Amino acid sequence: MVRLSLEELYKEVILDHYRTPRNKGRLDPHDVMLERNNPLCGDELELYLRFKGDDIEGITFDGKGCSISLASASMMTERVEGLGVKDATALAESIKRMMAGEEEGDPDLIGDLVSLKGVVKYPVRIKCALLGWNTLLEALEEGSGRKPE
Amino acid sequence: MPLDAEVVRKDFPILETQARGKRLVYLDSASTSQKPRQVIERIVAFYENENANVHRGVYELGERATAAYEGARSACGRFIGAGSHRSIVFTRGTTEAINLVRFAWARSRVHEGDEVLVTEMEHHSNLIPWQLLAHETGATLRHLPIDDAGKLRMDLLEEFITDRTKLVCVSLMSNVLGTINPIRALADAAHSAGALILVDGAQAAPHMRVDVNELDADFFAYSSHKMCGPTGAGVLYAREHLLEEMDPFHGGGEMIREVWPDRATWNEIPYKFEAGTPAVAQAVGMGAAVGYLEGIGIDAVRAHEQQITAYALGRLADAGAIVYGPSDVAERGGTVSFNLGAVHPHDMATIVDQEGVCIRAGHHCAQPLMRRLGVPATARASFYIYNTNEDVDVLMEALDKAKGWFG
Ligand SMILES: Cc1ncc(COP(=O)(O)O)c(C=O)c1O
Repeated sequence: MVRLSLEELYKEVILDHYRTPRNKGRLDPHDVMLERNNPLCGDELELYLRFKGDDIEGITFDGKGCSISLASASMMTERVEGLGVKDATALAESIKRMMAGEEEGDPDLIGDLVSLKGVVKYPVRIKCALLGWNTLLEALEEGSGRKPE
Repeated sequence: MPLDAEVVRKDFPILETQARGKRLVYLDSASTSQKPRQVIERIVAFYENENANVHRGVYELGERATAAYEGARSACGRFIGAGSHRSIVFTRGTTEAINLVRFAWARSRVHEGDEVLVTEMEHHSNLIPWQLLAHETGATLRHLPIDDAGKLRMDLLEEFITDRTKLVCVSLMSNVLGTINPIRALADAAHSAGALILVDGAQAAPHMRVDVNELDADFFAYSSHKMCGPTGAGVLYAREHLLEEMDPFHGGGEMIREVWPDRATWNEIPYKFEAGTPAVAQAVGMGAAVGYLEGIGIDAVRAHEQQITAYALGRLADAGAIVYGPSDVAERGGTVSFNLGAVHPHDMATIVDQEGVCIRAGHHCAQPLMRRLGVPATARASFYIYNTNEDVDVLMEALDKAKGWFG
C-alpha cells in the first residue's frame, strides 16, 4: 500500500471521521454497553451494541479522546454495523494483527480500514487506534453470551 | 553569572542528534532531563577506575569505590542544605523514597482515625503510597484543594490540618501546573498540629535552590534523572532522629549489624535503609550531576528558566492556548501545561514530533488533578538549562501547523 505521510493520514482519513463522526451518541435500546479507556493518555470510549439474532443490528460510540481513537471508533461502527458476530470478531482480530505489524491486512476483509495502517509508524498511537476495536471484541464476547430472545 | 544556554547545550551530546530528521528540540525535562558529558564521563570513569562493591572490600579498590559513593552522598546532602550525610539515604528515586517513608515510618505510626493529608496536585508517586497506607491502616486520606489558578487553598489549612493529621505530603513544585508551593507555611501548620511533613522535591530540586532547614521539612525526596544525573538513583532526606527511630525498609545485606538465625540488629543510619548492593555508579553519577549544577549555579538555572517560561507563556497566550497553573513566573517553574483549541494533546504531540519537538501529552501521572482541571489530558512543555527561546519558537511554529490541520 502507499505509505501516507502524517499529514495525509490526518487530512485524508482521520479528520473526516473526527469532525463528522458516524454513529456517535447513545444507542437505545442496547444489549451491551461497555466503557473502556486508555489509561496512558486518558482516551475514554463508550460502546453500545444491539443485536438481532447473531447480527449487529446497531452500534454507536461516545467518548472523549484524540482524533485517532475517535476516528478509528467511528470507522469501526460504520464498517461492522450489520455484520454477524463471527465476521465482526474476525475483522477486529485482523485489524489488531495488522496494527501489530503481523499481517499486511486482507484488502477484501479490511477494505478502507487499511488506511488505519498509517498509524503503525507511530507506535505510541497504536493503542489509540485500537481502543475501539478492543472494546468491540469484549462487547461481542459479552453479547454472544447473552440469552437469546 | 547568568546562564548561557548556547554554551550549556554543548555539554549535552544528545542535543547534537536529530529527531525525525530535524534538530532535536527537547521539551520534556520534567519527565527526565538529558545528561551532560561531565556526568556521563564520571560514570564511565567510575567503571574504568573505581568499580568494586562498597563498604565491603578491605582492599584499596573497595576503598576507592566507597569513597566515590560516600562523596556522592555528601554532595547530594549539600545540594539540599542537609547538615549531615547521616540524613541522606540513597534510593532508586523519588518514588522509592516516598514508599520508604510509608513502610518504615508511617505504617507503624499511622492508625485508624488518623489522617494523612495530600493535595489535589500530587503526582501519583505521592498519592498512591498514601492511598495504600490508608487502606491498610484504616486512616483517612484527605486532599487539600487547589484554586482555579492552580495554587493550594492555604485559606483552608485550618480545616485540613487538625490534631488527627499525622503526615502532610506535598510537592514543592507541581509536575503539571509548575506551581511552587508554600512549604514553610505548610510545615509550620503541620508541626503545630503534631504532624510531620514529607516534601516531594522531584520537580523542584533540579530547578531551584532547596534548603531542607528553611523548608523545615521532615522528609524530602528527589530523583537524579530529572537533574542531569542517571536513572536508578535518588535521595530520601530525613531528620536524623526520625531515621534512628524508624523501622528498617528492605531487609538484606549491609543494613544489618549483627545477625542470628532468628533475629538481627540494624546498621547505623543511613545504611540501615540501604539493603543489598546499592546503585553505586548511579549514585556517583548523581553526585556528579550535583557538581555540574553547582558549577552553573542553581540560582542561574532558576533565572534562566524564569526568562524562558515568561517567553513561552507569552507566546502561548498569543496563540490562544489555555495554560494551567500560575501566570506569574515568580510563583512557578518551567513546566507549562496547556491545551490548544480543538487539537487533542495527543495529536499535538504527534504532529510537533514531526518537527523534532518532544513534548508530553496525557495525564502526567496526575489523574485526579486532570479531573479537577476538567480535562482528560493536557500537552506539557518543560524547560531546562539547555533550552532557548528559539526552542520555544520551533514549538510554536509546530503548534501552529497542528492548529492548521485541525482548523
Ligand atoms: C512531582 C513528582 N513526584 C514524583 C515523581 C516520581 O519520580 P521518579 O519517577 O523519579 O521516582 C515525579 C516524576 O515524574 C514527579 O514529577
